[in-house]
Amino acid sequence: MKEIKLMKGNEALAEAAILAGCDAYFGYPITPQSEVLEYLAREMPKHNRIVLQAESEVASINMVYGAAGAGFRVMTSSSSPGISLMQEGISYIAGAELPCLIVNVNRAGPGLGTIQPGQGDYFQSVKGGGHGDYKMIVLAPSSVQEMADFVYLGFDLADKYRNPVLILSDGAIGQMMEKVQFNDYTIPSVDKSWATTGKPATRSRNYITSLHIQPEKMEQHNLKLNAKYAAIREQEVRLEEYNTEDAEYLFVAYGLSARICQKAMDIAREKGIKVGLLRPITLYPYPDQRLLQLASQVKLMLSVELNSGQMVEDVKLAVSGKVPVGFYGRLGGMLPTPEEIVEHLEKIMLKNHAN
Amino acid sequence: MQTEELLLPETALALKVPECRQEEYEMVYHRPRTLLDVNMHYCPGCAHSLVHKLIMEVVEEMGIQEKTVGVAPVGCSVFAYDYMDIDMQEAAHGRAAAVATAMKRLMPDKFVFTYQGDGDLAAIGIAETLHAINRGENILIVFMNNAVYGMTSGQMAPTTLAGMKTTTSPDGRDVGYYGAPIKVAELMANLPGAFYVTRQAVNSANAVRRTKKALQHAFSYQSLHKGTCLVEIIGNCPSNWKMTPVEAARFIDEEMVKTFPLGDIKVPKAEDLKNPEEVQ
Repeated sequence: MKEIKLMKGNEALAEAAILAGCDAYFGYPITPQSEVLEYLAREMPKHNRIVLQAESEVASINMVYGAAGAGFRVMTSSSSPGISLMQEGISYIAGAELPCLIVNVNRAGPGLGTIQPGQGDYFQSVKGGGHGDYKMIVLAPSSVQEMADFVYLGFDLADKYRNPVLILSDGAIGQMMEKVQFNDYTIPSVDKSWATTGKPATRSRNYITSLHIQPEKMEQHNLKLNAKYAAIREQEVRLEEYNTEDAEYLFVAYGLSARICQKAMDIAREKGIKVGLLRPITLYPYPDQRLLQLASQVKLMLSVELNSGQMVEDVKLAVSGKVPVGFYGRLGGMLPTPEEIVEHLEKIMLKNHAN
Repeated sequence: MQTEELLLPETALALKVPECRQEEYEMVYHRPRTLLDVNMHYCPGCAHSLVHKLIMEVVEEMGIQEKTVGVAPVGCSVFAYDYMDIDMQEAAHGRAAAVATAMKRLMPDKFVFTYQGDGDLAAIGIAETLHAINRGENILIVFMNNAVYGMTSGQMAPTTLAGMKTTTSPDGRDVGYYGAPIKVAELMANLPGAFYVTRQAVNSANAVRRTKKALQHAFSYQSLHKGTCLVEIIGNCPSNWKMTPVEAARFIDEEMVKTFPLGDIKVPKAEDLKNPEEVQ
């Protein structure tokens, strides 16, 4: 049995990156995720890996682009305002079809906002964020253990699809200390014959670009990307369910708010309200098929988020009006109590039944 | 138009070149095999094609095609990878030095260069450039300075000369309003990480020879692992300067060099060149 350690989410993520064979990390300090850079600045050199504090998030993500293009396993991390600065580079990386891992330890905004946890970057994460048509695979951890586990998964998915993968965490998961076990992991061998490593006589030149200036070629590229995203939607949906077998009501929440909903669910059940919880692990691809199934079982869904209502749009899209969908959110880094969530559920249950 | 005007003058007809028979001639010049045999998209008289060729000649002569990786710019030369037969990555506008930083850190034995214009390097990408040079990244930055934004058709650049007319400075660049043209080479040469900084041009045969020499030095210095080389090249842009290629070449000698004097700005000290590794 593997040793159990007590670690911060950010540090567990950093340690997992080393174990996952991350060749290089480029980043820039920003609260609440600076421990990732600090941990790696201390530990990566011991493993002969590259770690560099860039002059900005713009530079960091472009260093990631350079390293990924040269065929290396590469990661960056930041928090909301920094991730906004990276959007240019993320769009290029998606356009050039390069694998890399990006971590957003979401804080509350907009603007400089606060360093407290938030989920206001949902749209930015799952709907594109940068310019053009592209998608990232978005993994949402809700524990320190998942902060570690999703690093391996994220790198593997990035390599499999030659696509950037985003871990969308938040300030609480990044900062909280919990037990974590680092599971055995074998770095897969991946064909990266497309990488720009210098052209030997045996092959033609490799060039990496997101530029396709002829509209016919650009459309072909867009269609190729769309086919990839369709395959991702087909194969990579991940979710977790609690008490859905007999559920009459359903919380839908990810990350930190899902943790709070677990307690809310227990309180509601003690009151005799049969609530279940669906926790999307992949925010893209979204578990819309499973939500649609549950729409014919439950009377009401409640999306609980740390924002003013972003994921609730995807819940509504998934269930296509087959079931009422409510929303409860707290903003600005404030967290809802489990009691508040149950209270809100009861309120909309009443309203729904009155109708 | 009268048909007579379309006829070539008799002198031109008389100069018709006889068919070349290979056995009678010694090959003294050829396209570098590192340069792909395709038509380039550049305007007549543009400096990019010439500088592409010079870089590829150096790569061929040093025998480092397998070890060279380039970073292509945004701007007119965005398709550099369509002409250079080496591995290349396209970078976002201004970010080439950051892209090259990662490549070189992860592949220290490779020869990594960026190719950037003045808008790319001196405007949007000056932070990435300055910090890469300040860190002494062991890369070559080829900086093409033609004092205008070429691809977007002739807007003012950070390097536009004082009083120079562009589409966004139609009355001539007002230095009091926009600031003076940025002298990139002088600015960057002040950074401790800069190993070799020079400014050259390609508007005459002699200038071309000096530019090639500068590129040869800059590529060979990468084997020393001692810092960044910056080769600024005054390019010409006949289309956006609204000049013929000949006028553009003359404009460089008569006007551009007043603001951007040619020559070496920072050269390695003799002791810095000791025991260089064999370049292969």
